[in-house]
Amino acid sequence: MGIFNFFSKEKKEKLDQGLEKTKSSLFDKISKALVGKSAIDDEFLDNLEEILVSSDVGIETTLRIIERLQARVAKDKYVGVGELNNLLKDEIGKLLDENKSNIPTDFSDLKGVKPYVVMVVGVNGVGKTTTIGKMANQYKKAGKKVVLGAGDTFRAAAVEQLKIWGTRNDVDVISHGMNTDPASVAFDTVKHAVEIGADVAIIDTAGRLHNKIGLMNELSKIKRVMQKVTQDAPHEILLVLDASTGQNAFEQAKQFTAATEVNALALTKLDGTAKGGVVIGVADQFKIPVKYIGVGEGIEDLQLFNKQEFVDSLFKG
Amino acid sequence: MFENLSGKIEKAFKMLKGQGKITEINVAETMKEIRKALIDADVNYKIAKTFTDTVKEKALGQNVLTSVSPSQLMVKIVNDELTELLGGKTEDINLTGNPTVILMAGLQGSGKTTHSAKLANFLKKKGRSVMLAACDVYRPAAIEQLKVLGAQLDVPVFFEMENKNPVSIAQNALKAAKEANAKVLIVDTAGRLSIDEEMMAEIGNIKKALNPQEILFVVDAMTGQDAVNTAKAFNDVLDFTGVILTKLDGDTRGGAALSIKSIVNKPIKFMGMGEKMEALDTFHPDRMAQRILGMGDIVSLVERAQEVFDEQEAEKIQKKLLKDQFTFEDFYTQIQQIKKMGNLKDLMGMIPGVGKAVKDLDISDDAFKGIEAIINSMTPGERKTPDIINGSRRKRIASGSGTDIQQVNQLLKQFEDMRKMMKSIGKMQGAGRSMRGMPFGR
Ligand SMILES: Nc1nc2c(ncn2[C@@H]2O[C@H](COP(=O)(O)OP(=O)(O)OP(=O)(O)O)[C@@H](O)[C@H]2O)c(=O)[nH]1
Ligand SMILES: Nc1nc2c(ncn2[C@@H]2O[C@H](COP(=O)(O)OP(=O)(O)OP(=O)(O)O)[C@@H](O)[C@H]2O)c(=O)[nH]1
Ligand SMILES: [Mg+2]
Ligand SMILES: [Mg+2]
Repeated sequence: MGIFNFFSKEKKEKLDQGLEKTKSSLFDKISKALVGKSAIDDEFLDNLEEILVSSDVGIETTLRIIERLQARVAKDKYVGVGELNNLLKDEIGKLLDENKSNIPTDFSDLKGVKPYVVMVVGVNGVGKTTTIGKMANQYKKAGKKVVLGAGDTFRAAAVEQLKIWGTRNDVDVISHGMNTDPASVAFDTVKHAVEIGADVAIIDTAGRLHNKIGLMNELSKIKRVMQKVTQDAPHEILLVLDASTGQNAFEQAKQFTAATEVNALALTKLDGTAKGGVVIGVADQFKIPVKYIGVGEGIEDLQLFNKQEFVDSLFKG
Repeated sequence: MFENLSGKIEKAFKMLKGQGKITEINVAETMKEIRKALIDADVNYKIAKTFTDTVKEKALGQNVLTSVSPSQLMVKIVNDELTELLGGKTEDINLTGNPTVILMAGLQGSGKTTHSAKLANFLKKKGRSVMLAACDVYRPAAIEQLKVLGAQLDVPVFFEMENKNPVSIAQNALKAAKEANAKVLIVDTAGRLSIDEEMMAEIGNIKKALNPQEILFVVDAMTGQDAVNTAKAFNDVLDFTGVILTKLDGDTRGGAALSIKSIVNKPIKFMGMGEKMEALDTFHPDRMAQRILGMGDIVSLVERAQEVFDEQEAEKIQKKLLKDQFTFEDFYTQIQQIKKMGNLKDLMGMIPGVGKAVKDLDISDDAFKGIEAIINSMTPGERKTPDIINGSRRKRIASGSGTDIQQVNQLLKQFEDMRKMMKSIGKMQGAGRSMRGMPFGR
């Protein structure tokens, strides 16, 4: 079902061919469930539950959405399917709404911070390095000078991988090679950014599972060391989540936030069949905004998250 | 959020204490709890439903044994059913080819390259000559990654930097493997989405060209509801022979395992337990079932303990316990052995019911530091005969170990309690049984 089908037009042709098969939308189902009825009944709620849970929204958040919808219907009385649909959209939107972080919301306005330092964190294989490559491209397009830091000194060929993205973007990549201290890479990256007058410094880190205390402490250290160069760095700590991840994303958000005060989320691999619905609950519970979505492996396949589009697309036919 | 399933079932059965038979009414509520727990563990929505229907059937009408509570029986039914669904017996890897070809496939970032290398390491240790083939021509530095891992393991890696056609690289790799007389060729491929028709056709063609004995679907254990779609799509194209479930060293419950098994009915052959080359285990359905149900991985714990604990040492301590001769020297030795078992928090997390409790605790491996310091500050005589440690000795030990008198008192008290407890266990067990069977018996 194409319920998370909120991509911009250029991406659409590419995505549509894949989404076609699975496209039987929430709206279709809701419409069917509501034919000839004047109140929300169990059949409708069962349908809604199935759709939300199957998109990884999770039981707790699904129940919250249903409760909120019921309360709203009791108060506002809907007249038709279209209206109920709007109420539902509105309630889900609210869960994504209350973002407390005041990080820049696009690539051009960095609120006078220079260099704007971004540290990218997440579990293994979610798409950190790729997202950095795509971000560098967007920042450059917005006229920013970018420096990358190869802070994954652990995984085989991780430095090499980031260097290739550096070359693609024609930006400097600071690296000390494999098996070196990632904190010192981060330090030198920020320092280099200051020296050459770069606008943005983005630091890659090795993938790590959030239940490994030692590795989480290492992240805190990397963060602290950067502050020796620029006191308020890193300005953005971006937690990358894979759209195919299930409920474990909650634990990821919790532990990474505890170690590094995450203030932005990126949701990758939304070009696949996974819906990434878990991000609704994560954004709500931790009050962290979703900033980016990843929609492919190419350099252009990164988009700024747009709540309205995201929610609208949940209900598009 | 992830409340232990046994706890949930317990709750659902609370009002039914004393009931001798599982009936329709008390089952309905329990099934709902079980379904929720399964979905929380990322089991697919529909599969969770089918599963609880089966369990319900099995549960209805069962007589509750007098010694067992309905909830315990229900947990057992769920656990048994889940274990059975997850796999029956452990499945070995098919190595009958000449050379045997193993093709790796899966979504982006699931762990294909890492597990190609881990498998190479696993098979090499079993004495096979192995070759790796780098057929990911898309991801930046993918070939380099496999080359680095191959070099670490001293396993040859076949690659063609200039060739952009994975099918032809695969064919050339097979030729090279035959020429080098390798017994196993492991083929790493690019990550791909199941809805990317071009890429799915490509891997279909690699399969045709190689005719592999094993096609392993590599999937991230953290995968959510989408596991069914992806597994089905890959199976439709490849008819794969087995599954590798990766990143199980995390704290995900891994419900995707059940979803995948149910939808394609292919054996899960390996579990990935870390980034290191040794972190590969054969799959154990019973452990996976307990993990999904949040019951802790008690078997792993026992096995880990068995690996580390020196049997002779254990026997010696056992005898001492029985004769009530357990001293602080022995205690110190035990601490050293426990420390060898690995990260304390990991270990505690494997104990049923404890997993959740220690999750938020910051247990460092220094947990024993204070105890060690106190023992180190004792004289040999004090270690052997703790009874002689009077008030002034306690003061001396406290200042010598940098702790305070309360901590010393506490340790002495705990030691005494432990000695008493051990003595009574010793009596119950009788002589001749080894330590190992003791605390973790199933
Ligand atoms: N389809 C798709 N693939 C993606 C996306 N983002 C990343 N990938 C792919 O996912 C795989 C892993 O990406 P990486 O950027 O290496 O992930 P990482 O988090 O840096 O991985 P580690 O550093 O090993 O933890 C690669 O094959 C990427 O091409 C996306 O938005 N869509
Ligand atoms: N903790 C942990 N990390 C793992 C495990 N298996 C793989 N990884 C890590 O997951 C990330 C991705 O692994 P890769 O082997 O590059 O994945 P891949 O499927 O080859 O990725 P693509 O080629 O981009 O599709 C790396 O950071 C690995 O170190 C595992 O069992 N446990
Ligand atoms: Mg990376
Ligand atoms: Mg790979």
